[in-house]
Amino acid sequence: MYNFDVEMPTTIAEAVKALGREEAQPMSGGQTLIPTLKARLAAPSVLVSLHGIAEMKGVCNNDAGQLCIGGATTHATVAAEVGTQYPALASLAARIGDPAVRNRGTIGGSVANNDPSACYPAGVLASGATVVTNNREIAADDYFLGMFETALEEGEIVTEVRFPIPEAAHYEKHLQPASRFPLVAVFVAKFADGVRVAVTGASENGVFRWTEAEEALNANFNAEAVAGLKADGSAMISDLHGTGAYRAHLTGVMTKRAVAAITG
Amino acid sequence: MTEVKMTVNGKAASGNVEGRTLLVQFLRENLNLTGTHVGCDTSQCGACVVHVNGEAVKSCTMLAVEANGAEVATIEGQAAPDGTLNTIQQAFQDHHGLQCGFCTPGMVMSAAALLKDNPKPTEADVRHYLDGNICRCTGYHNIVKAIMAASGQDVGTIAAE
Amino acid sequence: MPKDHGIGASSKRREDIRFLTGEGNYTDDINVNGQAYVYFLRSDVAHGTLNGVDTSAADGMPGVVRIFTGADFEAVGSIPCGWQVTDKHGEVMQEPRHPVLAHGKVRHVGEPIAAVVAETLEQARDAAEAIVLDISELPAVINMKDAVKAGAPKVHDDLTSNLCYDWGFVEENKGAVDQAFKDAAHVTTLELVNNRLVANPMEPRVAVGDYSRGTGDHTLFTTSQNPHVIRLLMGAFVLGIPEHKLRVVAPDVGGGFGTKIFHYQEEAFVTFAAKACNRAVKWTSSRSEAFMSDAHGRDHVTKIELALDKDNNFTALRTDTYANMGAYLSTFAPSVPTWLHGTLMAGNYKTPLIYVNVKAVFTNTVPVDAYRGAGRPEATYQLERLVDKAAHELKVDPIKLRRQNFITQFPYATPVAVEYDTGNYVATMDKLEEMADIAGFKKRREASEAKGKLRGFGVNCYIEACGIAPSNLVGQLGARAGLFESCTVRVNATGGLVVMTGSHSHGQGHETSFAQVVADMIGIPEDMVEIVHGDTANTPMGMGTYGSRSLAVGGSAMVRATEKIIAKAKKIASHLLEASEGDVELKDGAFTVAGTDKSVAWGDVTLAAYVPHNYPLEEIEPGLEETAFYDPSNFTYPSGAYACEVELDPETGQVTIERFSAADDFGNIVNPMIVTGQVHGGLAQGIGQALLENCAYDSDGQLLSASYMDYAMPRASDLPFYDVDHSCQTPCTHNPLGVKGCGEAGAIGSPPAVVNAVLDAMRSGGSKVDHVDMPVSPHRVWEAMQG
Repeated sequence: MYNFDVEMPTTIAEAVKALGREEAQPMSGGQTLIPTLKARLAAPSVLVSLHGIAEMKGVCNNDAGQLCIGGATTHATVAAEVGTQYPALASLAARIGDPAVRNRGTIGGSVANNDPSACYPAGVLASGATVVTNNREIAADDYFLGMFETALEEGEIVTEVRFPIPEAAHYEKHLQPASRFPLVAVFVAKFADGVRVAVTGASENGVFRWTEAEEALNANFNAEAVAGLKADGSAMISDLHGTGAYRAHLTGVMTKRAVAAITG
Repeated sequence: MTEVKMTVNGKAASGNVEGRTLLVQFLRENLNLTGTHVGCDTSQCGACVVHVNGEAVKSCTMLAVEANGAEVATIEGQAAPDGTLNTIQQAFQDHHGLQCGFCTPGMVMSAAALLKDNPKPTEADVRHYLDGNICRCTGYHNIVKAIMAASGQDVGTIAAE
Repeated sequence: MPKDHGIGASSKRREDIRFLTGEGNYTDDINVNGQAYVYFLRSDVAHGTLNGVDTSAADGMPGVVRIFTGADFEAVGSIPCGWQVTDKHGEVMQEPRHPVLAHGKVRHVGEPIAAVVAETLEQARDAAEAIVLDISELPAVINMKDAVKAGAPKVHDDLTSNLCYDWGFVEENKGAVDQAFKDAAHVTTLELVNNRLVANPMEPRVAVGDYSRGTGDHTLFTTSQNPHVIRLLMGAFVLGIPEHKLRVVAPDVGGGFGTKIFHYQEEAFVTFAAKACNRAVKWTSSRSEAFMSDAHGRDHVTKIELALDKDNNFTALRTDTYANMGAYLSTFAPSVPTWLHGTLMAGNYKTPLIYVNVKAVFTNTVPVDAYRGAGRPEATYQLERLVDKAAHELKVDPIKLRRQNFITQFPYATPVAVEYDTGNYVATMDKLEEMADIAGFKKRREASEAKGKLRGFGVNCYIEACGIAPSNLVGQLGARAGLFESCTVRVNATGGLVVMTGSHSHGQGHETSFAQVVADMIGIPEDMVEIVHGDTANTPMGMGTYGSRSLAVGGSAMVRATEKIIAKAKKIASHLLEASEGDVELKDGAFTVAGTDKSVAWGDVTLAAYVPHNYPLEEIEPGLEETAFYDPSNFTYPSGAYACEVELDPETGQVTIERFSAADDFGNIVNPMIVTGQVHGGLAQGIGQALLENCAYDSDGQLLSASYMDYAMPRASDLPFYDVDHSCQTPCTHNPLGVKGCGEAGAIGSPPAVVNAVLDAMRSGGSKVDHVDMPVSPHRVWEAMQG
């Protein structure tokens, strides 16, 4: 690693101020960033740890009944605390990485990084959640812009993610055998006003909504409705672990299974 | 350099570290607690698992300064002061849950975290909990068995010695 | 009633205490006062002309002690290869120079080009980034068949081609084999790949070099399976340091699996640099470095054919294999696809005629050498996949076809130059059939199908050869080393023993099992015996641990040395007892005059040896310390039968192992607990090869699986509890313990069973496919099932 100063702010305001320093970079749980730093693929002068910001930690509900998860809340906490309200999201959090990673990694870090194979982006997008930063609120549909790209601006941090709670939802994941990230994973969320289907791991453009599946499921919320549907494999990742065609196929299978898990 | 202070295995510990110093480096190099190992650089192998404030973490993926003020537990603090192995350590020996010993400290620390949250894990619980701990020697059979035995479950029906 | 101590007892491992409490002493735990750190600048291109290495910007950077390049090693020897294969025309193999640091050319991604020694590792790395490399990239040769085509770019310009050797075995059989194929009633042909693997012991390699100007003594601490071999290879062939001025210490080593046998450049570098810099130099590999600098394993591409007569008897076998050597010849690389592979092609079957052709090929990839099993997994996989395919084509039961062709008479001389001394393949297959509950399979398949899954069952047999020997034979075959083992037994005055073995333990539990043997021979508690290994300063010249040889060869040396101890102690005892030596016997730690109650305790005899007041000084020397070197007369031949049952998700291609049964014949067993553990570990690596692991390069020679993000290590959730049995025991006929070796069996025997099971599952779902290459990943299975 190149060396850097570490700032340990205890409030969002302090964090924002620290991020104003030259070549400053925020770090939440560090579970992706620290390995990146070890490989010398990033060279911040100042690392601003968001870990000690109490106001960014924890789970609550707002007046609109949304589930509000602080940006610095670990996967372990989400897994443990949202199970009653939003079991599919708790299940997603409980299956990220491994237990030690879940004790450090945070929702804000995951959403800010927007790894094309991360789990949370699928949950956030399928839920139609709102990504709250230190200075604005961004709808999930406007937030994820592509592989490792988001609507966040320099120095902007994810302080909270607000989830409307669907009537039913399920997250179905097929693992990449080495990294244990999703090779393809699909989050299906059924709301009173429609179904949202988000796919991670598959596309070269990062997490995306599979609108054909949404339309089919809006017409008939049943696994059979998507059984014959083929995702477009042309923009899908092809690598050692699967071709684009395989990922496109898995997108269909995971979607079908997620729906089947909901309908029982 | 920044001074960090923490409690490690119940004893006060301090030292000067750089911003980039990892917790595992602080433990191994500053405190000479070399039982915690480094087996990869992508946060996957789990040889470096320690407990920070009671939670299992990968000490290779946490900065030493982030552990400032924390309670840290490592493999060196697991046995009784007279050297008697704790229940998990003893189960690993009894059930041959280690061979080369390199992944073992991380396995024992992960197992301790598991049993704290889930005192009677099933075989599947144990296997999934170990997703972040890689062993190349044992094929996991005897590790899983040792952890289940340490939880007080009868492992006599599991195949082989 | 199982024994509670000595040979045959599942004694708990004494080494566990230090490993379980964080008190292990691995190489990276060793720090020498004043040590500096080295960072290797490695090639990021697979093949190129190295026009220049400009260190001028780096030289003065903070903390830099000295920067080394290939030019610093021009007067230093080549990293040696320990085995010279002679090809089918009687020509010796092509053997390129292997420099410590690249000079003139780079030949694989990861090859070290420059080495920065600095006060800290980060400073060394900072300076390495300031080194300017001038490399003209050349086309890389990655695919072996392309590499041997006329006009292919050459990995080594001074060699005539990329063909290291073209080996035929047994060349004289070739005509008869070809004729047998012409006469065959049925021929089964299979083309397959034995996938390239990375051994991945959890402890990455580490080397610390130290040097004393005061004494001229060098010390190397290194993660090695065989410190004496490193001392000899590096001292004699690379750096010109005589053994008495070079101490090599391999302390606690965190797994080896073959990849820590070899002598590596980094070891030579730190030893050289410690003297050049006059301070200790430490190198600790990162896992990312390990992927591109540890020798890889396997990587064979094979066409194999089996001829059968009208009654389904095997009449001939013919193979054509391309074996990847990588860019340089690693220590034992040439022996792996030849003498460790061709000699095993008979397997468990009485096929009368066999011809094996192996072309070893240089490519712009990391060197390939022995990995757990080394040649024998490749042989087993080819043969056992082929026999399964033959059974399928002939519509006969695969177990029945195997049984029909089993070797049943021992000793058995194969047509590929080895003689199996003993074995009982029928017994292990009988045992396996019982363990695998074949009768219940139909019900289990129906249950899987009810869930929308497919279920498959596969078996295979295996034979392996362990304890490669004898030295005079392997010398004729091209080994540049002896393959004996050594042991010194030192008895202390108060009766305790220090057993100094040339074998090395890095997970195998020798400190426990070796002590069991010696304690049992003398009849004393195991804790009176201490096992010392891993340091050339206090152990006799040994060849180390690999090829499942430690107990069969190292244990035999230990038995011989202990026998000498007992013989001398008996002489002393007979003097003390005033009895004739022939009347004195050792039992339960005491010497007794047969038929009397006169006896003298072990401790009294050992005390007399060192306090020789009442002692036959004119007949024997005082003291009680003996050394033995043991050179075996033959290999040992463990064998067994394995069965795998898988469930397959036809929609995703995901395979899960539902059952795995292993019936092995390891001959006599010293510690059943340890043996079972060795099998478990081998199975995980074999199942890993079959389902998960794949070291892949792209066509430019970039390593695609360069970390655990892309190289799939087996995890606990990928694997089942295994059912392991080793009750079938035909003791080895030619070593004193009757042991055969168990370390590699699991890795050798399991891949074909897994793949056979997956294909059975696929066929049960209507697939017509007759082969899928390993790893049979979900993606590959799904693609194959698409037709």
